[in-house]
Amino acid sequence: MSFQDKLLDSFIAFEQEIDLQSPVHVYRKNALKRFENKGFPTKKDEQWKYTSLKSIIQRDYNLSVNRNPNIELKDIKKYSINDIDSFKIVFVDGVFNPFLSNTTHDGMDICVLSAALSKSKYKKTISKYFNKIVPDDESLASLNTSYTQEGAYIYIPKSVLPEDPVQILHFSTGKNKPLWLQPRNIIIVEENARVEIIERHQSLKSHTGLTNSLTEIYAEKNSFIDYYKIQNDLESSNLIDNTFIDQKRDSNVRVHTFSFGGKLTRNNLNFYHKGENIQSTLKGLTILEGDQHVDHNTLVNHAQPNCESHQDYKGIFSERSVGVFNGKILVDQIAQKTNAFQQNNNILIDNKAKVNSKPQLEIFADDVKCSHGCTIGQLNKEALFYLKSRGIPEKEAIALLTYGFANNVLKSVNIPSLKKRINSLISKKLGVSLGFDL
Amino acid sequence: MLEIDNLHCKIDDKSILKGINLKIKKGEIHAIMGPNGSGKSTLANVISGHEDYQVTKGSIYFDDKEINDLSADERAHEGVFMSFQYPVEIPGVTVTNFIKTAINETRKSKGLDDMSSSEMLKKIREKANLLDMDSNFLSRSLNEGFSGGEKKRNEIFQMAMMEPKLAVLDETDSGLDIDALKIVANGVMKCSNDENAVLVITHYQRLLDYIVPDKVHVIMDGKVVKSGNKDLAKKIEVVGYDWLKKSK
Ligand SMILES: Nc1ncnc2c1ncn2[C@@H]1O[C@H](COP(=O)(O)OP(=O)(O)OP(=O)(O)O)[C@@H](O)[C@H]1O
Ligand SMILES: [Mg+2]
Repeated sequence: MSFQDKLLDSFIAFEQEIDLQSPVHVYRKNALKRFENKGFPTKKDEQWKYTSLKSIIQRDYNLSVNRNPNIELKDIKKYSINDIDSFKIVFVDGVFNPFLSNTTHDGMDICVLSAALSKSKYKKTISKYFNKIVPDDESLASLNTSYTQEGAYIYIPKSVLPEDPVQILHFSTGKNKPLWLQPRNIIIVEENARVEIIERHQSLKSHTGLTNSLTEIYAEKNSFIDYYKIQNDLESSNLIDNTFIDQKRDSNVRVHTFSFGGKLTRNNLNFYHKGENIQSTLKGLTILEGDQHVDHNTLVNHAQPNCESHQDYKGIFSERSVGVFNGKILVDQIAQKTNAFQQNNNILIDNKAKVNSKPQLEIFADDVKCSHGCTIGQLNKEALFYLKSRGIPEKEAIALLTYGFANNVLKSVNIPSLKKRINSLISKKLGVSLGFDL
Repeated sequence: MLEIDNLHCKIDDKSILKGINLKIKKGEIHAIMGPNGSGKSTLANVISGHEDYQVTKGSIYFDDKEINDLSADERAHEGVFMSFQYPVEIPGVTVTNFIKTAINETRKSKGLDDMSSSEMLKKIREKANLLDMDSNFLSRSLNEGFSGGEKKRNEIFQMAMMEPKLAVLDETDSGLDIDALKIVANGVMKCSNDENAVLVITHYQRLLDYIVPDKVHVIMDGKVVKSGNKDLAKKIEVVGYDWLKKSK
């Protein structure tokens, strides 16, 4: 039986465990049908030209979750940021772990989706938002929707400004067999409210697991959302991240994606503008080696006038690693006075490393400012000599040039202890310690 | 301190240096002049350990030790410094972070601990003052968008910070206005003492009024064709290099 068939068959067993009366169940069933019709994307799909899921979906995965994974704070502590106060929503093998978490219902909801689905007081919100911006034709998104059950649920009411960030941490132990995880997160930030979120997926054992995650984000009028994705998983883990962002007028959403680890990572990051004067920022820093593969697939749909989007993706690739950037800017005819910028710069450290960079600009309005630029090059040899001539050894010199190159992405990280953590991840990745923070 | 013995080098199969001999003792200041393309910067690069230049014959001794096989960073640790004719722009790395890294890596090579932040800060302030540098330079990306003169001043600032035994200054005067020239030359002289040496490469006698050389050498077509005292530079300023060609 193929894994696809297994996914379809297992749905009946899944239905035994969940509330079939829930308003989301009809979405699940329809999504499953769509997935059945479409199947997994293949290289024939334009959006999947440079990333193949073949070897991943040929394997077998455990779908039913381990109800009792024996995980303690000490096992996971190093993957979270602990030197600041924060809310934490921690999942282990897809199951919420209340002992490791720090959630709240005090003036806002920072909790789990399963609770929101089962309690009647959330019904209205769930009906209003659930699956409202996820396009029907994306089969991985459909697959995630069909198995909707657990994930983070964040609701920040009007004008609430939580001081502490929220960490969403997904751990997988995959004790017996590789695990297939499909977290479903929903984040709603009401008018004039804000939130900072750090999301991380981490395997605790090296098994070839796969996570197909979906996050829906709703940024209401004049809200601000800062979202940081840290992808530094073991070299055997795979992640497909589907993020859909719905922005209302005057809202500002920034997503930073730091891709340092994992075997195959695919980021589908989609912004939809539903009002004027919106700002969207997409920044990515990718540092890979070995046989790692990261694919950034972005979409910004400018559908209203006077909005701005900035994309800045930087990549540094060693050994046989592969980077893909496919950035689409779609400017609808009514979206006059759009400012849309896109930048993708790559450095290949070794000549076996590869980058495919493809900007896609589809502009139907005439009064817009759009620009895109893409570079693929080597480290500047004269710069390297300059640093070495000042007593900085080659490895440290490469690291310093890498930092410099990455700086534009790092400098907009607004949580100092997160920035410090990312700096130390980069240092570790490059095998050096530099005596300063950027 | 520096002894160069019959140095030949090539780049991409093109011979550039064709038997350079040069001896600089500690406490001395030497100047090198010579027409465009004669090999002055090449010599500076080879002394600093640029790997593109291949030494085909001859030796470079620094403090009586042959350094031909040392990498650029190792030479810097020994005390060699070059002020670049064309300093490289390094986006995203501030002057401060760059110089901190340079100093601490050099200390590390000698088994010393990092310099304390307060000491570092004090030293940076002191040297920036010496070169009359605006403090906002220190937090700018290294050389990025610096004017020609600012770049050169920043090179000498780095020299003052690194306190090398041998400073090779490749056309540090070009691009400087007359006031900046005085400040920069004065900075060099303040750092110069009996224990270190300076090799200035220049086209103009003007600089040598401030950095007064003990010896002046003329390089043409990859060879030292004439050495003399500071009057040689004055003569070249007036009559150029033609007479040296003929006397060859
Ligand atoms: N990287 C290189 N590749 C090819 N040729 C080079 C390279 N570097 C130097 N050369 C050549 O070597 C010769 C000497 O160059 P060099 O830069 O040393 O001259 P210079 O004396 O410093 O001249 P200037 O006074 O113009 O600075 C020139 O003909 C130059 O074109
Ligand atoms: Mg030169």
